[in-house]
Amino acid sequence: MEWMAWTLPTTLFFAGIGIILLGMTAWQFATPTLSRQGFLPIATTRGDRLFIGLLSSGWLHLLWLGFTDQVLWIISVVCVVWMLLLMKWG
Amino acid sequence: MKTRKRLVMTIYLLFLLVPIYWLLIMSFKSNQEILGGLTLWPENFTFDNYHVIFTDPSWYMGYVNSMSYVVLNMAISLTVALPAAYAFSRYRFLGDKHLFFWLLTNRMAPPAVFLLPFFQLYSSVGLFDTPLAVALAHCLFNVPLAVWILEGFMSGVPKEIDETAYIDGYSFPRFFLTLFIPMIRPGIGVTAFFCFMFSWVELLLARTLTATEAKPIAAVMTRTVSASGIDWGVLAAAGALTLIPGILVIYFVRNHVAKGFALGRV
Amino acid sequence: MQRTHNNRAWWLVLPVVIVVAFSAIIPMMTVVNYSVQDIFDPSTRFFVGTEWYREILRDERLHDSLIRQFIYSFAVLAIEIPLGIAVALSMPRKGAMVSLCMILLALPLLIPWNVVGTIWQIIGREDIGLYGWALGQLGIDYNYASNPADAWVTVLVMDVWHWTSLVALLCYSGLRAIPDVYYQAARIDRASPWAVFRYIQLPKLKSVLLIGIMLRFMDSFMIYTEPFVLTGGGPGTTTTFLSQTLTQMAIGQFDLGRAAAFSLIYFLIILLVSWLFYTAMTHQDSDDA
Repeated sequence: MEWMAWTLPTTLFFAGIGIILLGMTAWQFATPTLSRQGFLPIATTRGDRLFIGLLSSGWLHLLWLGFTDQVLWIISVVCVVWMLLLMKWG
Repeated sequence: MKTRKRLVMTIYLLFLLVPIYWLLIMSFKSNQEILGGLTLWPENFTFDNYHVIFTDPSWYMGYVNSMSYVVLNMAISLTVALPAAYAFSRYRFLGDKHLFFWLLTNRMAPPAVFLLPFFQLYSSVGLFDTPLAVALAHCLFNVPLAVWILEGFMSGVPKEIDETAYIDGYSFPRFFLTLFIPMIRPGIGVTAFFCFMFSWVELLLARTLTATEAKPIAAVMTRTVSASGIDWGVLAAAGALTLIPGILVIYFVRNHVAKGFALGRV
Repeated sequence: MQRTHNNRAWWLVLPVVIVVAFSAIIPMMTVVNYSVQDIFDPSTRFFVGTEWYREILRDERLHDSLIRQFIYSFAVLAIEIPLGIAVALSMPRKGAMVSLCMILLALPLLIPWNVVGTIWQIIGREDIGLYGWALGQLGIDYNYASNPADAWVTVLVMDVWHWTSLVALLCYSGLRAIPDVYYQAARIDRASPWAVFRYIQLPKLKSVLLIGIMLRFMDSFMIYTEPFVLTGGGPGTTTTFLSQTLTQMAIGQFDLGRAAAFSLIYFLIILLVSWLFYTAMTHQDSDDA
């Protein structure tokens, strides 16, 4: 595993993703999701919204890094809020 | 209308075939003739270029290496993709849509992105410079494609057949191997064709994951070019030889390819 | 087809997941790890955070190569899709000619990509290649190795030669799925060939075309081998596309951290575009149903 060059932040990042996926699976077993229409133009399930949220967060981070010199955590907070909004009303 | 169609087709096929023709006749020319002037047919028809390839192990082993990882890749891709495609075509299960999309994204990821980690990964597990390494790396884009095509073919088989077989007391493995697979033989042929095609033509990963032992023919060609100036005749002969396996494979599946190009969900 | 809900189907999918995960997830994690560090070798490395990303996103050279890449991909689509449809419409409908045409059409798809580059490298040369020579005889000053415009045209023509067949074969299989009844109805209505195309063939081709556009976009977006062999990215950097820039960085300069950050940005672009295409595709399926 040495060649994979793990660092603490990336370990936490992947652990986070893994926990979210496990959580979504458990949630799915507890209360199955329904495809529904929110403020997004297409009908989505919970998993779809999670994916859209992660992808758009990735892009927001890139845009932030590309266009500003501010510290990174500001946009991270924005993304967390955005993902919560998306999961609830998306 | 009819003649215009024929005209379009003929012109297009000419456009396709002239470069290939040029490669073929060049492989039968000596280097002096190639560089001396333009001739539409070899003046001194010679097999020297092919002689070079068939007597030099560093050349002909390139073909052997390429074929071995292509065949390995076809075997692995089909073995794992068959049951998965069956699952996708018959059942709904947790996360099926997302899984399908995830598989497809791997088909879409640029191989250049994976160069570095593949190099490290296969070195660390001791597979570097073996055909297996290249075969596994090519699975990245061939397995998703295989699942996609096979799923389309399997969806065309009515579900009643499965149900009847189960009622008749077939177990799943027996039904799958003895009844279902023979039924979708054309689909398997077409899938094998696509796996062959994408594995055979790929250079970037194959070149990066091999050094000397398993060097594919494509890499042999580029390296020989840079080493000793350009030996156009031998290069053309080597290129011409790479066409043969492809022509053979497409000949075998020619009747099913139209359906295969519908790529499943059409 | 009505599919039954059964989570045990996961067992059938598991082998695929393992094989692809081995080749996709482990490398992807490694790329992420590399992208936040300055790495000389696995034991000599420093955490640099998002420095590489900032640098890459502001690198003029990469902006240029990204813009070139987009222009190239759109040019490829703009030529190959209409041409592919035209060729598919010109295919004979039945008889022995069908097999022959299909085999000939599929031929360029089966040629190793570096051989494709070699073929065009040869045929475009003024001294030994038929096309280059013919252009020279027509009085056109053509040299793909020194003139950027010529290099671009050659790379584009090569891609058209190489891949239009794929679009054509896709469209042909879509056309064959149209029942004869439609054509008979059109004949009774005395519909013009254009009307037949516009109202019968094109709508039926929509889903195949989406696949074709998606495949062509993705593949042209990661093109590496053919221009590398043909022009080596030159003259200058005029035909250096994204994959080649990345490969130079990773293998040529062994600049691991920077190349990894670049890879991830590249991957995010691809992921976004393919997700849009995929959603459009599956969405359309559900509209039809």
